[in-house]
Amino acid sequence: MGAVYALFSSGLTLIWGMMNVINFAHGDLVMIGMYIAFWTYVLLGGGPAVFGPLAAILLFMFGVLVYFALIRHVIDGPIISQILATFGLALLLRYAAFWAFSADFVTLPDTLLISGNIDIGGILIELPRLVAGVVALAVTVGMHLLLTRTTIGSQLLAVSEDRNAAMLMGIRPDRMQALAWGLAAAATGIAGALIATFYYISPTVGESLAIIAFVTVALGGFGSVPGAMIAGLLIGLIESVSAYAIGPVYKDVIVYSLFVAVLWVRPQGLFGRPE
Amino acid sequence: MRAWAGLVVAAAFLAFPWILSGPFYERMGALVLLYALSASAWNLVGGYAGQISVGHAVFFGTGAYTALFVFNQWGLPPVTGIPLGILISILIAVVIGIPTFRLRGHYFAMATIAVAELIRILVANWPLVGAALGLGGPMVPRTWLDLSFRSPIPYYYMFVGVLALLLWITWQIERSRMGYYLRSIQGEERAARSLGVPVHRYKLYTYMLSASFTALAGALYVLMVGFIDPDSGFGILVSVEMIIMAALGGAGTLFGPLLGAIILVPLKETTNTLFGGAGTGITYVVYGGIIMLLARYRPRGLMGIWHDFAERRLQPRERDYRAA
Repeated sequence: MGAVYALFSSGLTLIWGMMNVINFAHGDLVMIGMYIAFWTYVLLGGGPAVFGPLAAILLFMFGVLVYFALIRHVIDGPIISQILATFGLALLLRYAAFWAFSADFVTLPDTLLISGNIDIGGILIELPRLVAGVVALAVTVGMHLLLTRTTIGSQLLAVSEDRNAAMLMGIRPDRMQALAWGLAAAATGIAGALIATFYYISPTVGESLAIIAFVTVALGGFGSVPGAMIAGLLIGLIESVSAYAIGPVYKDVIVYSLFVAVLWVRPQGLFGRPE
Repeated sequence: MRAWAGLVVAAAFLAFPWILSGPFYERMGALVLLYALSASAWNLVGGYAGQISVGHAVFFGTGAYTALFVFNQWGLPPVTGIPLGILISILIAVVIGIPTFRLRGHYFAMATIAVAELIRILVANWPLVGAALGLGGPMVPRTWLDLSFRSPIPYYYMFVGVLALLLWITWQIERSRMGYYLRSIQGEERAARSLGVPVHRYKLYTYMLSASFTALAGALYVLMVGFIDPDSGFGILVSVEMIIMAALGGAGTLFGPLLGAIILVPLKETTNTLFGGAGTGITYVVYGGIIMLLARYRPRGLMGIWHDFAERRLQPRERDYRAA
């Protein structure tokens, strides 16, 4: 679970690091990824190998669309319009999903990916979660490498450092920022498709996932993909331990309290630079 | 000019129950005022100080729950829980405000969401406050102190009074030194700080004041509705409604939130009656669309449109007047 948290939080942290915008619709993008997985399975009968890439492609396009239709126009505006824009998008997506898919919880069959449990030193792990976790980690690492080791990555970082200077170097900031939104949404989509293999799907699932993403990003430090990765794993661990030790109802309470505690003690996150 | 506008608005609201009578309109009028009250309270910190709280439901729910808690626990009239609710809300505001106001705006928005969700889950699992079922008020009024009336009219006038008080305070703040401080914080915080504005302190004051009035709005809500559960008290949509009403009317303007409530509450009630249960979903799809369009085209809300218009139309005449 933690690895999947790491993956969808890295999308949030990418957008934050690139352009100082918090995407409040992030959890709802996960939700869309989950529904893409579900409907691909129901209509086409495809498994994770089909709907994972499909969710990535569709959400990449959606992310780019959102950037050009909405974000580009509020990015230089006051903070309130940024928050309102992504929040409005969140509401729209969430309740449109209510309308389209009804409020019922749906799940994919357990045996879809791979079934059974594996016993590692006395700890039982469900195999679907393990596979999802490994894939998520691979994608997160891939994204980190893309950002730090390729030309596109350095162009993205250049735009986030100094938009004008990047423009003078022949980089088109609009294109790069749209790409960042696309990548972030695609990562989120894959995460959604992965979560869908072992988690219930409902229109409101994004709400709690979004808060987990915020906690992860805050803990890892804004704009840091490796930070998000470690924080995601950590939060997944804390969640399972507290669900086991105190009770499943209170696992969210523990995670949210952790968030408030981080804000008090180390607001820049574990790996962030102080402002 | 402002004072006159205020008197006209007040007169219109006092006269409303005589113009459109009947329980439907009276209830709607009371709801408009209630939403306007919480949106105006949000507006203090979200509009004037420019700190976007997405978790104001915390204060609304706290006010609502403490009012019914003192009734259920000790049999006291719900009104007596109001001071306690306000006190707890101020405490929560301080706990959220002190760490996050040192940071940039987004942290505050996120912290407010997280705290609101945290408290919602805690309340929903705490048997002492009714857990997932929530709390109910007195079924039958025992004394007049229970403030339980069958007609919406007494509530209506109560809400008019409290809203008038809040708007008067807001107006006084606008005209005072604090108003200048807040506008400078909202405009460019770093510049404000370098000019010697005690930024953190004033953000915190505003947040505390806003929290108190939101708690009061929550308490008034349960007086009228007589019932609260975790979602209607602490749900994220409660916070969202305050934001969207203030933003539609115009965040950071005196009458903006009221204007937003006048437009959106009847819209919501109508879609709810037209579409029944499914209406809630459609309402929020519409809300989401409105917020996005606002952010994209009119970040200053409807009052912003009016100000642009007024500036264009009225400014030349004023200048002529001064020249003459």
